[in-house]
Amino acid sequence: MNEQGISIISFGYFEHDFLGKIADSVSLEFMMPVHIREGHLDLSEYYDAARRQYNGNLLLREVDAQYSAGSIKTFGLFYVDLFIPILTYIFGQAFLGGHTAIASIYRLSNERYGLKEADDSLLERLTKEVVHELGHTFGLIHCHVPACVMASSTYVEDIDQKSAKLCVKCRLQLSKNM
Amino acid sequence: MAKKISILIVDDERSVRDSLYNWFIEDGYRVECAENAKEALHMVESDSFDIILADIKMPGMDGLEMLRRIKSHRKESIVIVMTAFATVDTAVQALKDGAYDYVTKPFDPDDLSHLIRNASKQISLSEENEALKERVVSLENIEDLIGKSAAMQSVLKEVESVAQSNSSVIITGESGTGKELIARAIHSNSPRRFFPLVSVHCGALTESLLESELFGHEKGAFTGAMYNRKGRFEMADGGTIFLDEIATISSKMQVELLRVLESKSFIRVGGNKEITSDFRVICATNRDLKNMVTNGTFREDLYYRLNVVNIQIPPLRDRVEDIPLLVDYFIRKYCTSMNKLPVTIEPSALKRLQEFDFPGNIRELENMVERAIVVGNGKKITLKDLPLQKSMIVSTLESLDDVEKSHILQTLINHEWNISQTARALKVDRVTLYNKIRKYNLKPLE
Repeated sequence: MNEQGISIISFGYFEHDFLGKIADSVSLEFMMPVHIREGHLDLSEYYDAARRQYNGNLLLREVDAQYSAGSIKTFGLFYVDLFIPILTYIFGQAFLGGHTAIASIYRLSNERYGLKEADDSLLERLTKEVVHELGHTFGLIHCHVPACVMASSTYVEDIDQKSAKLCVKCRLQLSKNM
Repeated sequence: MAKKISILIVDDERSVRDSLYNWFIEDGYRVECAENAKEALHMVESDSFDIILADIKMPGMDGLEMLRRIKSHRKESIVIVMTAFATVDTAVQALKDGAYDYVTKPFDPDDLSHLIRNASKQISLSEENEALKERVVSLENIEDLIGKSAAMQSVLKEVESVAQSNSSVIITGESGTGKELIARAIHSNSPRRFFPLVSVHCGALTESLLESELFGHEKGAFTGAMYNRKGRFEMADGGTIFLDEIATISSKMQVELLRVLESKSFIRVGGNKEITSDFRVICATNRDLKNMVTNGTFREDLYYRLNVVNIQIPPLRDRVEDIPLLVDYFIRKYCTSMNKLPVTIEPSALKRLQEFDFPGNIRELENMVERAIVVGNGKKITLKDLPLQKSMIVSTLESLDDVEKSHILQTLINHEWNISQTARALKVDRVTLYNKIRKYNLKPLE
């Protein structure tokens, strides 16, 4: 496969419309085509029984090894609860200035926090998370502008506070890094 | 632009190092990793890290031992220890050994972010604090020591070099030359500057009072000792003690002082507990201690203990080129404290000050300028505002004619060249005065 642009690989079932909307936002933010594909991994290999979570470091390396060829950036989208050894959970992670990033929808939905299901907010949060992690692959670090999508978020409430867009400073940095 | 915070991660597990590395690098920190304590200690020696995040359980040297070694090398380092198996004992031990915080793996992402943000804040506050202290110290130094003369520059160089050491210093010089100021300059340029400089005027105290002042006393040690009292040596812990007029202390006190200087420990008057104190000694005297040693009035062993470095301050008459600077400084000082507009000084008055002998040195000059500002017209210091006694300027006068010329000139100045008033003051007629003015070619000064 020899596609240019960004590839979003879904691991597990995501509605096509849902992914399409994310792809549109990402395409607009990074000014390049975004392609959606399906990926298949045996997730049991990445499961940590003691923590009952999936190892984000290993998954990121695996997606990078198996799916990154043929696109400028690759993004792996998961359903499962991700962790890295030192942290209790992560929303997503990326190789800074690298090629690949991943994120999971698991901790982004309202139901997870005992709230009423809300598809809009789920879409909005996931879009921000995808743009944020892809921003890292373009060499952007966390931004101190609260509304910038590159602001650090450790809770979903933090994600809700920021926009899905890069601030002026990050945009300038992005154009330098691209 | 703010300085980039640097973080060193020390953990034997690669996955932990990688995870933390990726997490912090996304936050824009400079991050380095070490897989064991030994490697980390090497890195700390060659590079400075603001925050060190270290695992407690590691093969070989553990995190607590590494923490102790880092703290002995760089006290200001912020070390956060991590453990997968938290126990109260290790947590308490880590904090006792100087750890900034103690966290259990895995952390909540938000806790980690907060922890590092708080540590970063502490680093910037410490740096700001240091910078402000430096500013305060440099302001103090600029204000205090004045003099561009070669003699004074040489003293300042000595102050600068001796300040960094811990050696005892004897400052010698005539009364009023600024020996205490030099002691202050040494202290405020030394690593002890953030601890007290305690001054003791040995000459002003009797032997028993001096003993109590220096060593302190316990309650009931003597009549009137109603409470325990810390002595000056104890108060100077970490700092400097300045013993002025050291030549005046008695033989008994000389023995006591020698013992304290050698052991850095003492017992309060009326007490039995030995107290240790880490102080530096600076002494001052206007007498010739070496001569006193020869005469047997000052102990030779104490002399050599104190006289590691000797700074000789020149008298003011040997550095007359500094007088304009000093006058300018004292004018600014007193005009500011008296809330007056800055005054100037007549060139003739300044010239006369430079001719003056100043037996009382800078203290006398300072008093003269202060008086002139008080009694003067508020705009310009003139000759008549200065209490210069002619007898003090005799060094430039040699003959009877010189004395007559000087006396007539001073009287003319005092009466603003009013011939009639001057003649009356001198008890001569006006013609005689005119003849003398012609004879000595006297003219009003510019």
